[in-house]
Amino acid sequence: MTPDGALLTAQDLRKAYGPTPALDGADFSIHPGEVVAVMGPSGSGKSTLLHCLAGIVRPDSGSVRFDGRELSQMGDAERSALRRGEFGFVFQFGQLVPELTCVENVALPLRLTGVKRKDAEGRALEWLERLEVAEVGGKRPGQVSGGQGQRVAVARSLVTSPRVLFADEPTGALDSLNGERVMELFTQAARETRAAVVLVTHEARVAAYSDREVVVRDGKARDMAGAV
Amino acid sequence: MSIGLTLLGLLESGPRHGYDLKRAFDERFGQNRPLHYGQVYSTMSRLLKNGLVEVDGIEHGSGPDRKRYAITEAGVTDVAQWLSQPEAPEPYLQSTLYTKVVLALLTGRDANDLLDVQRSEHLRLMRDLTQQKRTGELADQLICDHALFHLEADLRWLELTAARLGQLAKEVRP
Repeated sequence: MTPDGALLTAQDLRKAYGPTPALDGADFSIHPGEVVAVMGPSGSGKSTLLHCLAGIVRPDSGSVRFDGRELSQMGDAERSALRRGEFGFVFQFGQLVPELTCVENVALPLRLTGVKRKDAEGRALEWLERLEVAEVGGKRPGQVSGGQGQRVAVARSLVTSPRVLFADEPTGALDSLNGERVMELFTQAARETRAAVVLVTHEARVAAYSDREVVVRDGKARDMAGAV
Repeated sequence: MSIGLTLLGLLESGPRHGYDLKRAFDERFGQNRPLHYGQVYSTMSRLLKNGLVEVDGIEHGSGPDRKRYAITEAGVTDVAQWLSQPEAPEPYLQSTLYTKVVLALLTGRDANDLLDVQRSEHLRLMRDLTQQKRTGELADQLICDHALFHLEADLRWLELTAARLGQLAKEVRP
């Protein structure tokens, strides 16, 4: 971690797709157990920031450090291991594997790190219970509702006890009641496990579950903590 | 909404007579409620007394003398402070926020900054309400939800305005 205790930091990130800059000198930092909402208009660079922080996209320049390690200096294998072991992901549409049952989906990140099937599925079931959807464990994603599927996806993101959770519009496809319950369970679990949450959202009611917000505009990120 | 501060903001772009100020106010902000002349003159004499405007010139004509007002340094400071401070979040805030956005554009200040700070203030209250919902009974949750939906509506308006700032700037300062 950095001297100020930040777990994940980015400095002066730049990334262009063709002639269009998506990030133009963006800074970011997050501490363990903190939930930070990343807001901003469409096309402002929110998702690109999340992808760079998560090591999914390589920035053209700038630095991303996780727990003192520079992501750009890691090889592909090391970054993949980081994403599997230390990071968790939730997207707008759960992106569950349709051929697997829900419990197998949740167990998948553990199986990829070498955990035996029985142990992995035991832990997966615990997380499904925690997300109040244990009853769908044996069903395939196509047989469950949108709200249930998203809770399964959240359970999958938490199963490896990641240190950073990346959520890109995690409730975008849900109605208010389901969306709020998912946010409630998700942020509560993250806080208990001291995971940091990078939450990309355009919805104020979702951002209200965060501790502070960062506004991305024209590829730059403005930390609003202490701005008022 | 503060009429005094709005008139001050309008004076930032140059000195005006009381009548011109009323007309500028009515055109931009007084769609449903134009100012009365009396309101303008009483406000201007208060601003004058407080040193926020000064008399820039007097025209002598057949009728009463017409004073031309100019904003003072202290007046500019008051406008800047008003625009940089967020409003207390409450329903039906749009007219004040709209006025502030237009004045920021008119006076060459950063309207995005104003909207960012206002969003932050709204979110602060929304976080408190969300926290109350977590620990409250169902009745508390429903009451908090009502407030949250209203604040969310404000923020939706704010995001839409932010997306249209470029367009609005062109209309305000052609």
